[in-house]
Amino acid sequence: MSLWKQKRIMSKAVGLAALALSAAVGTSASAEEAKTQYFPLATFRVGAYASSGIPVWAGEIDYFRYINEVEGGINGIKLVWDECETNWEVEKGVECYERVKAGKNGSPVPIFLPHGDPISKALTEKSVADKIPLVTIAYGRTEAIDGRVFPYSFPVVFSFWSEASSAVNFIAEKVGGKDKLKGLKIATVYHDSPYGKETQVPLAHLAKTYGFEDIQIPVPHPGNEQSAQWAKIRQLKPDWVFLRGWGVMTPVAIKTAAKVGFPVDHIIGGIWSGSEEDVRPAGAVGKGYLAVTPFPAGANFEIHQKLKKYILDKGLSDLKDPKSFGSVYYNSGVDEAIVAVEAIRTAQAHFGVRPINGEEAQWGLEHLDLSEKRLAEIGATGLQQPLKLSAKDHEGGGAGKVLQWDGEKWNVVSNGWVKSDRDLLLPLIYERAAAYAREKGITPRDATN
Amino acid sequence: MSFFIETLVGGLLAGVMYSLVAIGFVLVFKASGVFNFAQGSMVLCAALTFVSLRDKGIDFWLAALITLAVMVLIAIAVERVVLRPLVNRPQITLFMATLGVSFVIEGLAQIVMGASVHELDLGIVDTPIEIGGVQVSQFDLVAAGTAGILVVALSIFFNKTRVGIALRAIADDPQAALSIGIRLQTLWQIVWGVAGFVSLVAGLLWGARQGVQFALTLVVLKALPVLIIGGFTSITGAIVGGLIVGAGDSLAEIYLGSLLGGSVSTWFSYVLAVASSWSGRPVCSAKRRSKGFDACRRSAQKPSKGSTRRTRPRRACATGCAQARLWCCSPHSRAFRL
Repeated sequence: MSLWKQKRIMSKAVGLAALALSAAVGTSASAEEAKTQYFPLATFRVGAYASSGIPVWAGEIDYFRYINEVEGGINGIKLVWDECETNWEVEKGVECYERVKAGKNGSPVPIFLPHGDPISKALTEKSVADKIPLVTIAYGRTEAIDGRVFPYSFPVVFSFWSEASSAVNFIAEKVGGKDKLKGLKIATVYHDSPYGKETQVPLAHLAKTYGFEDIQIPVPHPGNEQSAQWAKIRQLKPDWVFLRGWGVMTPVAIKTAAKVGFPVDHIIGGIWSGSEEDVRPAGAVGKGYLAVTPFPAGANFEIHQKLKKYILDKGLSDLKDPKSFGSVYYNSGVDEAIVAVEAIRTAQAHFGVRPINGEEAQWGLEHLDLSEKRLAEIGATGLQQPLKLSAKDHEGGGAGKVLQWDGEKWNVVSNGWVKSDRDLLLPLIYERAAAYAREKGITPRDATN
Repeated sequence: MSFFIETLVGGLLAGVMYSLVAIGFVLVFKASGVFNFAQGSMVLCAALTFVSLRDKGIDFWLAALITLAVMVLIAIAVERVVLRPLVNRPQITLFMATLGVSFVIEGLAQIVMGASVHELDLGIVDTPIEIGGVQVSQFDLVAAGTAGILVVALSIFFNKTRVGIALRAIADDPQAALSIGIRLQTLWQIVWGVAGFVSLVAGLLWGARQGVQFALTLVVLKALPVLIIGGFTSITGAIVGGLIVGAGDSLAEIYLGSLLGGSVSTWFSYVLAVASSWSGRPVCSAKRRSKGFDACRRSAQKPSKGSTRRTRPRRACATGCAQARLWCCSPHSRAFRL
């Protein structure tokens, strides 16, 4: 190699090193200077599930605006967000995650909300590598409750297993106690997908424990024709039906149930079969339909009064249809935003008041304590259940309220929050998490720190 | 036994609903040989327009009329903007164009009318009635009746009107049809308009069943096996295919579902479709019609006694058998001068 060539290579190497150094210094400086907390939102405002998504972002964005406008940010750190359209499709969801994970203008991503069960499952391992926590309220992999194996997955508040158990416990409440469950037939009509199948194991376990008959009836996607499934229901004559639908499957199920003469007040919808968007299209036959949810509907919670006064009445709301204010999906967005904001606040208390990165937010989530007192301060008493997370428990709550549709709106008909049998189910969940760890060669974390 | 009959009847009636969507595909395919990928979007667009008008307090029939007008406008726009520039291009080009049309319709419908889910009440009672110990849905019976009326109306349209006969001629040989003065553009507008009308009927019935929402576009998933079984060019075939798919899916779900792990109806109709394709032709294929054309061609070549019209080859028909086919299958030669 000639001397001239060697010099040229050396000068290139020095140039690249200088560039890398300046980039690193620049990034660090901009992160230091960043006074805002970036919060990317993976949304689906178009496509088959847009009607479900639009009120969710409205609730979430309205709460973020409230934090910025009224409270001046989280301890002075204002939230900034942008949206990435996923169409509720896995590939687009993953693409969105990849696009935003590096943060924006020096502000890191503290938490990523995948907004889609399949997307959250596709991101499980990536999130660990990138150290960005996935918060999946009322969806996602149930065994991720075990944070020793899933350090960056947070199926906070209400997992699918808790949903199934709460529904069974509500039936027990209606029939006069858990001992009366013996001999009952409970049919689960489920969306035939990994999400739909998620409750098969806990229901089999609960059936064995309490002595009821567990019937499983799948409905193929999208569920716009269910004559055969409900003919089977008519043949098997279950006492209760637990409906775990998504999208169009729910109104079709309610209508087809009416068609075969099954009483709608003996159908309990799951979390994603329990919104206004699910039951309104069913029309008059939906009156009396029940649903278990961690997002009770209603606009009379204290936080709603604040949102109305400071955001909606000032024309700052993201809500296009005012009828959706206080709907199940709107409230789910508010709940999600509360959890995110409180996790960042917890992390700030430990790491300092500044934009929080994913690793710090993970610590914040694992030390999140949404007590009755804190919920009252926020104005979310009754809207959000008390939560206390830890490395060993990424769910924290595990209770739902049962709502009944009166033809116009949802009313709470359960005796407050219906708790799930977490003590009964947690050992099974830990077993599954351990099996996952063995399969993937993961050494579970020590949960004592 | 009564449960089997109930499942069978329920499946047959469900199949009629699929047929309603399949008929829309058949109409466009018959006239242009194009598989109209936008059919599901047209169903959504029609239902969404109708329900949005109803939400504004517009009377049922007026809303239906306005929706029909919107669908006709879409038909004209599709012909002018998309199909006309693509005349004589390969079929795959036209197919891809309809794919684009579907995205445009879906996007525009959501921009203009929003993404909310709407309830659609047609005033049809949906409580079950018992006929001979078998429970039958009243709504499904009304849907079946509507499909029956639609089939009769379309049969009359295709067989007894000049426009219908010209459409058949175009389906058979567009070049020959053009050569004798049939205005392809006008007929495409008409056929897309009629497909829009069928979309309106399908959209109303499906919308009443599941609510008017984006998922209406997904009903086409089941129309595909219906078309494979019934044939892409036969309206009767669409009905027969729908009945086979509906009954097959229901019976398979009940009697094979538990053995095969459930959700059999996701794929069973496609198994039926593949099985039907092994037979070499769809249930209601164009085979019989082709025989008719051949007979016509023969009769055109060998004039019968006393018939002057049939024996005199028309100017445009003189150059080949395709033209002869068009000519002889027309009850009146004037039918082509549109």
